[in-house]
Amino acid sequence: MVAFTLNNNSVNLDLSPDTPLLWALRDSLQLNGTKFGCGAGLCGACTVIIDGRSTRSCVMPVSSVEGKSVTTIEGLGGNHPVQQAWIEHNVAQCGYCQSGQIMSAVSLLESNPSPTEKEIKSAMAGNICRCGTYQRIVRAIKTASHSAVDRTQFYDAAPKNTPAESQ
Amino acid sequence: MSRTKSISRRKFLVATGVAGGGLILGLNLGCTPVIPHTREGSFQPNAWLQITPDGQVIFQLTKTEMGQGVFSSLPTVLAEELDYDPKKITIEMAGIHPEFADPATKVQLTGGSNSIASNWLVLREAGAGARAMLVAAAAKRWQISEKLCSTDDGQVISPDNNRLSYGELANDAAKVGEIDFQLKPASQFRWIGKPDARLDSVAKSTGTAQFGMDIVRPNMKIAVVVRPPYFGGAVQSWDAGSVSGADGVNAAFAIHSGIAIVADSYWQARKAAKQLVVKWDKGPLAGLDSEAIRKGHQTALAEGEPHIAFEKGQLAPVIQRSQNVVQAEYASPFAHHSPMEPQNATAIVTGKSCEIWAPSQTPDMSRALAAHFSGLNRDNITVHTPFLGGGFGRRGYPDFVGEVAAIAVGVPGTAIKLIWSREDDMQHDFYRPATYHGLQGALDEKGRLLAWQHKVVSTSIIQGLGVNLASTVLPSWVPSSTARSLGKLLGDTMAEADPTTAEGAHIPYDADNISIEQVLYDPGIRNGFWRSVGFSHNCFASESFMDEMAHKAGTDPVQFRLKHLAQSLRHINVLKLAAEKAQWGSPTNGLSQGVAVTAPFDSYCAMVADVSVQDKQYTIERIVAAVDCGIVINPDIVQAQVESAIIYGLTAATKAPVTIKDGAVEQSNFHDLPVMRINEIPLIEVYLVSSNEKPTGIGEIGVPGVAPALANALFAATGQRLREMPLILS
Repeated sequence: MVAFTLNNNSVNLDLSPDTPLLWALRDSLQLNGTKFGCGAGLCGACTVIIDGRSTRSCVMPVSSVEGKSVTTIEGLGGNHPVQQAWIEHNVAQCGYCQSGQIMSAVSLLESNPSPTEKEIKSAMAGNICRCGTYQRIVRAIKTASHSAVDRTQFYDAAPKNTPAESQ
Repeated sequence: MSRTKSISRRKFLVATGVAGGGLILGLNLGCTPVIPHTREGSFQPNAWLQITPDGQVIFQLTKTEMGQGVFSSLPTVLAEELDYDPKKITIEMAGIHPEFADPATKVQLTGGSNSIASNWLVLREAGAGARAMLVAAAAKRWQISEKLCSTDDGQVISPDNNRLSYGELANDAAKVGEIDFQLKPASQFRWIGKPDARLDSVAKSTGTAQFGMDIVRPNMKIAVVVRPPYFGGAVQSWDAGSVSGADGVNAAFAIHSGIAIVADSYWQARKAAKQLVVKWDKGPLAGLDSEAIRKGHQTALAEGEPHIAFEKGQLAPVIQRSQNVVQAEYASPFAHHSPMEPQNATAIVTGKSCEIWAPSQTPDMSRALAAHFSGLNRDNITVHTPFLGGGFGRRGYPDFVGEVAAIAVGVPGTAIKLIWSREDDMQHDFYRPATYHGLQGALDEKGRLLAWQHKVVSTSIIQGLGVNLASTVLPSWVPSSTARSLGKLLGDTMAEADPTTAEGAHIPYDADNISIEQVLYDPGIRNGFWRSVGFSHNCFASESFMDEMAHKAGTDPVQFRLKHLAQSLRHINVLKLAAEKAQWGSPTNGLSQGVAVTAPFDSYCAMVADVSVQDKQYTIERIVAAVDCGIVINPDIVQAQVESAIIYGLTAATKAPVTIKDGAVEQSNFHDLPVMRINEIPLIEVYLVSSNEKPTGIGEIGVPGVAPALANALFAATGQRLREMPLILS
């Protein structure tokens, strides 16, 4: 049995302790926003935030999140400044890696609210996008960093405003 | 642009019949099946569109969305003529229907960068015809002439400003008979040509877009397949006992491609797969490696009997006489697709029926393959298409659908989601074939191109497609084994002259003596369509070699190209635009430039690469691209596709390739098949040529030019001519 906080709710799971958090989220909780890409911590599609740090959930045994706080893409609430910036810049193409990209970006801005381009690229280098949306990711993070004045809003799962409209 | 046309008799029958109710039955009894997702009582003027009396406008998306933007652009084309805001349309991934088949291939295939090109007129007519019927219905109700009515975003408006919504008119519109309609002049386009937000942007930024990987069915089980790593290999023996007691495992059995393991969850299935005891028969390619394949290429180039793809003038004597001859050989390796979403599919077999959810570029070929491997009749198989987490050609090969059908038929009544690992995906891809190129060129005394020969050595990609094509196109009563035999024959017949082998080798440049030849060489490695197909390797060779000829002539590479492009204004336009925007000839201090111009899939693209070199390392600082793809539906999506293709092309041009050892792929995941990451990207600038030409391809247009532009820039920087991808300075 493992217990942790997931998007501000407590969850208890009866799973083999070596089960990666990714598959606990997807197979046990049907929380499918977090994606499987490589299973080896190489591509970043499975990125979630654990106690404030971006983490590859495909190589993180569920037993090691005992008592911790996990935020997934669903926990951002849909209207997060990073998500708004993603929509504004039409970042997504196939979209499969974007949950992981967004979680890495959220984590970056949490620790560094006004990153330089070099810092953005360095922080995001663990997230692969085969559609090559990288240039737009950089721009979206810059946009989000300008609107992200309030640090606390990054982990607030409750939607603040009406859902983001298409531009 | 404007024209008058009647809805075809067939479409008209569908239009009037559905609302009347009777024709659905009639169609069922005839040979044309009902269009999937038809709502009873809706106004359905054609296969793509329905308008329900309560005002829902529903669009069937017949091309699969894999990032290229059809989810936004195709509805926009229809909506423009219907006069209805595309953002308000309900978009559904279409089921399988003959009406949805691609006119060129006769199957429901998304590929060849032809989604807009092949649907542009069809969807405009579908929208315009529907709008005319709605207007006619309103005019009749108001007892006025149709000519007095206008429309505005879902409403028909009378001169005295009475308004009826499309929903209110749906029932009456369905009873309108044959009707004349006009297409909008481009000057009146309201949504086409605007950089609007993608219609899938919100779903894909919030984790709510449903990919194949995300399908959940009641009581679903997860399956993995352990396959022989060797091409053409097979299971020699396996020990069921090695997995039978494993945690969560429900079943393990052999299917056509390996051993399937079914478990409660992916992790349990994957863990069991690791402990499976199995012995492989290495098959016919045991011992084969990349070096032997290279030797095979070189032998084929020297001794193979070429098929002449194009010939003009007298090549041999001209080359013999010329004082200025250049000869070179180029090579490109096997390339992997690696879409971010590993292959997967979900299926449930109930009695003699099967329902499938497959992220595939080809729902009907998927169905045919599922029929073959499940033994079910394809008429009893339904295929749903979710979003695709990347395609790039890989998902035109529905091998994973054949697998899930074979597994689901082994555990009837249980929904099965088959999930490939990244290792499965990289080792069982349909790779861009490794190719080899022999080029010769001759200049006259004034430095003009006199002769050009390009001999391509490659496997045929079309050859392997024959089986899937035949089993999809032939009637369902033809046994699948027969259809596959015929398809194999068809493929073999097409192999030698496969047009994709030399595509991109056909140079646009003026020269009196040209020979484009292809030699078939098949080492037996699975191969397939890879973003931009033949253009990707042929343009690397031809546009690099064009630079060699420019160097030989002592002429600037842009000027040398322009000098030989008198016949094609569209080539000239993109080349001049790219050169101007890149400040060709006066690069930023310390940078060197290279250029390439290509015309894949009826579009035109020129690129300039700026590089800096330190020791043997190079940095790609900037890529400037100029593109002419005719009329643009959404310029932001077009630019995004070119940005995407440049990054995709740069991975193949610069990163470690797929290599073969002992008849198997040596690599397995992103650590040994690295792809371009965000900290390596150049600045990308994409410029569009304004055009009134009909729309042409965009998804693959940016791939072919980027490798030669980079190679040419590296030559300018170092004097080293790199003739093999990946490009590595020595």
